[in-house]
Amino acid sequence: MLANRKLILAHFWLAFVVFGLALVLGAWQMFIRSPLHTWLSNPEWYYRSLTAHGTVMGYVFPTLVAMGFGYAISESALDQRLVGVRWAWVGFSLVVLGAVMAMVPVSLGWASVLYTFYPPLIGSPFYYIGVVLVVVGSWIWVALMSVNLYVWKQAHPGEPVPLAMFANVAGSYLWAWTAVGAALELLLQIIPVALGLKSTIDAGLARVFFSWTLHAIVYFWLIPSYIAYYTILPRAIGGKLYSDTMARIAFILFLVVAMPIGIHHTFADPQVGAGFKFVHSAFTALVAVPTLLTVFTICASVEIAARLRGGHGLFGWIAALPWQNPIMLAGTFSFIMLGFGGAGGLINMSYQLDSAIHNTQWITGHFHLIFGGAIVIMYFAIAYDLWPHLTGRELPSLRLMRTQLWLWFIGMIVTTFPWHWVGILGMPRRMAYYDYTSPALAADAVPVEVSTLGAAILLISGLLFLFILARAQAEPATDVPPYRFSEAVHPPASVPLALNSHGLWIALMIGLTIANYGYPIAVLTARSDSSVPAVYVGAQR
Amino acid sequence: MSAQESHDSADVAARVERRWATISVIIIVVMAIVAAFAGIHQVTMPQARVEIVDPSRLHLSGEFAEANLGSVAEQDGSVTVRAIGQQYSFTPACILVPAATPITLRATSADVIHGIIVQGTNINTMLVPGYVSNQAMRFDKTGDYVMPCQEFCSFGHEGMWGKVRVIDKADFAARAKNGGRLSCVGE
Ligand code: HEM
Ligand SMILES: [Cu+2]
Ligand SMILES: [Cu+2]
Repeated sequence: MLANRKLILAHFWLAFVVFGLALVLGAWQMFIRSPLHTWLSNPEWYYRSLTAHGTVMGYVFPTLVAMGFGYAISESALDQRLVGVRWAWVGFSLVVLGAVMAMVPVSLGWASVLYTFYPPLIGSPFYYIGVVLVVVGSWIWVALMSVNLYVWKQAHPGEPVPLAMFANVAGSYLWAWTAVGAALELLLQIIPVALGLKSTIDAGLARVFFSWTLHAIVYFWLIPSYIAYYTILPRAIGGKLYSDTMARIAFILFLVVAMPIGIHHTFADPQVGAGFKFVHSAFTALVAVPTLLTVFTICASVEIAARLRGGHGLFGWIAALPWQNPIMLAGTFSFIMLGFGGAGGLINMSYQLDSAIHNTQWITGHFHLIFGGAIVIMYFAIAYDLWPHLTGRELPSLRLMRTQLWLWFIGMIVTTFPWHWVGILGMPRRMAYYDYTSPALAADAVPVEVSTLGAAILLISGLLFLFILARAQAEPATDVPPYRFSEAVHPPASVPLALNSHGLWIALMIGLTIANYGYPIAVLTARSDSSVPAVYVGAQR
Repeated sequence: MSAQESHDSADVAARVERRWATISVIIIVVMAIVAAFAGIHQVTMPQARVEIVDPSRLHLSGEFAEANLGSVAEQDGSVTVRAIGQQYSFTPACILVPAATPITLRATSADVIHGIIVQGTNINTMLVPGYVSNQAMRFDKTGDYVMPCQEFCSFGHEGMWGKVRVIDKADFAARAKNGGRLSCVGE
């Protein structure tokens, strides 16, 4: 049942429109810093754009997708009207208000501090308060997901929670807790300084707080895509999910181990000692487990679909897959990019290898491949799959959708492979200008040009995506069957309590976070001698 | 499919799945052991201790006072380099070091967050104001390396490029004989 379609569509439309705007900025940045363009008369424009691009792509866009998809899952997987619709609109309004409040100072050049904040650089307080409002809006969604699951459980005692909802709620709890790090940094450290109530700030402590958010936020971005792997892809290609239990375990593992590993983002930092860096590095390895499990389960599910369609042979079944189906295509592209990106991730994960590429263009190449590539292409798939159910209209053309997905995939590869390469050559990131005539950067010129070409392909693909969704409005209304998720080969009749509820895992998540973060944070907080004067940026002072 | 067949295939599925899960865990454990081994055995561990320094008093006195910046030969044959980053340059802007010598880079920031990466090497550290970064280095070959700032430090970040010049060990020793702090600024 999809009763509150307007609510869900509002989230998706806003998400995709801001995504389109930020995509234009991304392509512009790519061009500006390439050899195709000379020195920008005012480099501040570049950092302004980068702050907007990062804030939208990192915070606003994925949060809106997770929220909209979460409401859709709650209504259709539980077959229950959303409880607390009014609150959902309040949450949405807070996200809108926050996004506007953050973006106005950024556009005016009052907050060109980049989406990672990194004090003692301090911009306009409105930027930070805006970001906080976006997060608070999303916390309303977290609460609603939990309330809706509770209401359903009351009405269905002992029944297995549908997998999509189980995963969705796990993702929402992960987000609630991971956002706390940045929230503490903003509320306790940055905003008082931005408002002028304080003039010094501990930059090292701020980086530790931010790392609390920075790693697990990646899994918050990724969970809608994983939900789509497990609960949309098998159904869309006429197959079944290989294992419901393994899926639950994968999501639980994300919930538990995504959090206590963020200090790997401070491997090169002086404010954290070697001991905790090692602990976090070891835990980081663990987070590969749920992805390895997912790769297996999804490949097996796809094989089942192929064999149901008459495919046979060791690999011959691959030909029997419905390749004309956009969801099949998106899933495949996503897996390929996840494979390459995962291999890169293993490199970032080890302290020793990381020191060769830390803060080089390798990093930006890496997260564009994983996030912009593997994850966002599944956001497209989710939209394509849900759209007819939300609008009551078919999408105009399968071929157009396939073209769009192909372009995104090719564009991502063309953009990010050279991007990784110049990173290995030691090209630093986040710069408005590179002097490609100097010997140190000469070798980067051609790869960066290739990346820029990829950026153009991505931009075309992104605009095509928006066009396809908008065109659906012009199609005649049709009767659309109820929205369904994949069934498991062996649908669970009953599920052990631990795999049917989140309490135990939340306790573990919080416990491990405290174990892995408590000491470094306590030590840094207790110091009074490590705070430094704020450095204000922008035109406001 | 009969109930019996379906039951058998469920068993097979569960078995294959369990095997894969075991393999996954083994991969992870092996990787963690390799990392621990590399860290402890090959001594490529991050700095052990956290050290504090007041960025607003750097230039007045203490380790990072202007006269103390640059490279100095230590009694034990190693070299210590002291440097600071500020918007938008490094001091010294050109760091002079000998080849084939263990070097300790001690650096901090006078204002905002910066970073040091020596291109073509794995020398890479953040400079966080308030804290001292301690980084072991060693260059096997002589030559010039660029050393850009690798973290956004406001609107001049794109112009913040330093240099490292690695010279022959004997040349360095000769220049170090008179004491003082060495650099290659202005050469
Ligand atoms: C047309 C496609 C895109 C292009 C050409 C592009 C380009 C760029 C560029 C040039 C940067 C600055 C990197 C630097 O200077 O270090 C950047 C940063 C960023 N991009 Fe994209 N991008 C695109 C799509 C995306 C997508 C789809 C996402 C995720 C949904 C994304 C997320 C980010 C984030 C979070 C940052 C901030 C990184 C930072 O501040 O260092 N981008 N992008
Ligand atoms: Cu991380
Ligand atoms: Cu910089």
